[in-house]
Amino acid sequence: MKHIAIGILGATALGFMASAASAGTLDTVKQKGFIQCGVSTGLAGFSAPDDKGDWKGLDADFCRAVAAAVFGDATKVKFTPLSAKERFTALQSGEIDLLSRNTTWTSNRDSALGLNFAGVTYYDGQGFMINAKKLPGVNSALQLSGAAVCVQSGTTTELNLADYFKKNKMEYNPVVFEKLEEVNAAYDSGRCDVYTTDQSGLYGIRLTLASPADHVVLPEIISKEPLGPAVRQGDDQWAHIVRWTYFALLNAEEAGITQANVDEMKTSNDPNIQRLLGTEPDGKYGADLGLSNDWVVNIVKAVGNYGEIFERNVGAGSPLKIARGINALWTKGGLQYGMPVR
Amino acid sequence: MASQEILRGEPSRGSFINDPRVRSLFFQVLVVLLLVGSLYWIVNNVIDNLRRLHIASGFQFLGSRAGFDISDTPIAYTSDSTYGRALVVGLLNTIIVAVAGVITATIIGFVVGIGRLSQNWLIRKICTVYVEIFRNIPPLLVIFFWYSGVLAVLPPPRESIHLPFGSFLNQRGFYFPRTVWGEGNWLILVALVLAIAMAWFVAYRARQRQMVSGQRFPVFWTSVALIVGLPLLAFLLSGMPLTFDFPKQSTFNLTGGFQIKPEFLSLYMALSCYTAAFIAEIVRAGIKGVSKGQSEAAGALGLRSGPILRLVVIPQAMRIVIPPLTSQYLNLTKNSSLAIAIGYPDLTATAGTVLNQTGQAVEGVFIMMIAYLVLSLVTSFVMNIVNARMALVER
Repeated sequence: MKHIAIGILGATALGFMASAASAGTLDTVKQKGFIQCGVSTGLAGFSAPDDKGDWKGLDADFCRAVAAAVFGDATKVKFTPLSAKERFTALQSGEIDLLSRNTTWTSNRDSALGLNFAGVTYYDGQGFMINAKKLPGVNSALQLSGAAVCVQSGTTTELNLADYFKKNKMEYNPVVFEKLEEVNAAYDSGRCDVYTTDQSGLYGIRLTLASPADHVVLPEIISKEPLGPAVRQGDDQWAHIVRWTYFALLNAEEAGITQANVDEMKTSNDPNIQRLLGTEPDGKYGADLGLSNDWVVNIVKAVGNYGEIFERNVGAGSPLKIARGINALWTKGGLQYGMPVR
Repeated sequence: MASQEILRGEPSRGSFINDPRVRSLFFQVLVVLLLVGSLYWIVNNVIDNLRRLHIASGFQFLGSRAGFDISDTPIAYTSDSTYGRALVVGLLNTIIVAVAGVITATIIGFVVGIGRLSQNWLIRKICTVYVEIFRNIPPLLVIFFWYSGVLAVLPPPRESIHLPFGSFLNQRGFYFPRTVWGEGNWLILVALVLAIAMAWFVAYRARQRQMVSGQRFPVFWTSVALIVGLPLLAFLLSGMPLTFDFPKQSTFNLTGGFQIKPEFLSLYMALSCYTAAFIAEIVRAGIKGVSKGQSEAAGALGLRSGPILRLVVIPQAMRIVIPPLTSQYLNLTKNSSLAIAIGYPDLTATAGTVLNQTGQAVEGVFIMMIAYLVLSLVTSFVMNIVNARMALVER
């Protein structure tokens, strides 16, 4: 029901919003003193509350990085859990300032929904998971004809699923839920044979099932799912801040700046690092963005560089143990490439 | 008019402002202006803001390819169909569950409502417990009770419970053989229509005869014989053109046959049970509302308790029952939107998906509101006709 509420809220907000040009998001955020960040309702590794109620994960840490860049304080962020259906309306209506919720960057979302994507914080692809104990002998997605497939509504996953089965002339029985927890419960209870979502998501969800060892992720990847943060269209300054926060995380990793050594690095005389950390004489790259000149120092001190965020939340240092793969830096054969700060 | 004005007397009002007619006209015009003005302001603002936020708007999206699949499709639908068709599928699913729910809720409601007035202590108490339980639990919980508490604990497809006539029950739903009609099935249909027409005619003649002579004719059993007998005869004559498609075990599920999914079953059961509790109370109130003298008089005329209830009490109780019954039917239809919690693709769920895939929030919510409004108005309209026919005809 909540998405209807948000839909109506959005519709009414659009009706009653003053039509005069509103203040920029940066000013609004500074005035209220925190960033309202839209995250998932609980996807391990990306955004999920821990037992103390703190949001953990790659997407949640990205919100903190932006807060650190704006305020110099990573705690100045409030999280709004959103279902797949609610997320865009929440951003459009101004309920959140930043959407960092494992959201796939597509042309339609970029052009027709009034949002802009700031980058790709995680390159993913859609996969399938089955219960190997109940279905021995199934080791390829091409054997899934006739299966009941659990999927979350309002996602690109739902569309890729339809396309994949149509392309391979297979039949399936969609079992569609709005909330992630409902899909998990239905799959765990045996209502459907197959669970499909982004592969990283499957690994995270597997950990929450009753007996994770029984379930296997099939090898096929059926789509490109570049996941990244999005902001409202038409506020270039705010879009720049979010985009360059992402690049700063990548550049920090590339330059070897970590949470532990960032203070030492400030004395470095490598001009590249000086520009990044705002220690270059007369440099004002932070100020140009509308931030302080030591913005990158604040980000890295608060959450570490991209590699540290990755390892902590989804990589070797987490229960998910996902390899860096195509999410490695470009210098190590991956796709993550930070534009230069200069 | 003239006499009225004399009665009221010509106004001795101080001024034009104190004239009640001018005043009422003034306030009516003011309200209309305010209403139109604020509507205009809201619509204009929406258009303005959508443009400013770079959100595409309009209803053109209804004609583009939907790209997603729907689990229950009463009409042909694939991922190649349009968003418009997806919405129609959702609307039909809402109507199906609402109509099925209304019928079942009415039957359970009447049985329980009459049961609460039974002379039998046990029946009376059981009916009271039923009403108190279902009336005091939120409908969403009742839905979850059926979905997670009853249907989800059934065995998986490979260990389905076998039922008579080749039907199966498992956690994926209820499977039964699908009837496949062969050549000559039109004859059976014709026989059925003919039988219904004849039954109606028999009933009409019997009533006329009873009015004139007071003699009664066993209309009910004659009608049953006609409606069952004639199509059966036609079926045998045309060489039994009927085969069954039985559900069979395949790799994942049972295939073939007809499947009723657990999402539909639990929503349907929950809405029926929940609304039936309210209908039972309405029926009880209706029967209680008929003066005791009516049934005593009927008893004095020698009628037994069955015919008293059927011929004297219920027809009078219906006049009290129908208006609040209409509200319950409307409630049931609107409560069916809770389907979203268990993934039954009703109007709210499909419109929500369409809304999200296209990003057209304003249009999506608008379509949903209009659809529910029309559904409710149609229900009220039909019930008003029924009510008018039941109303006391004063002579």
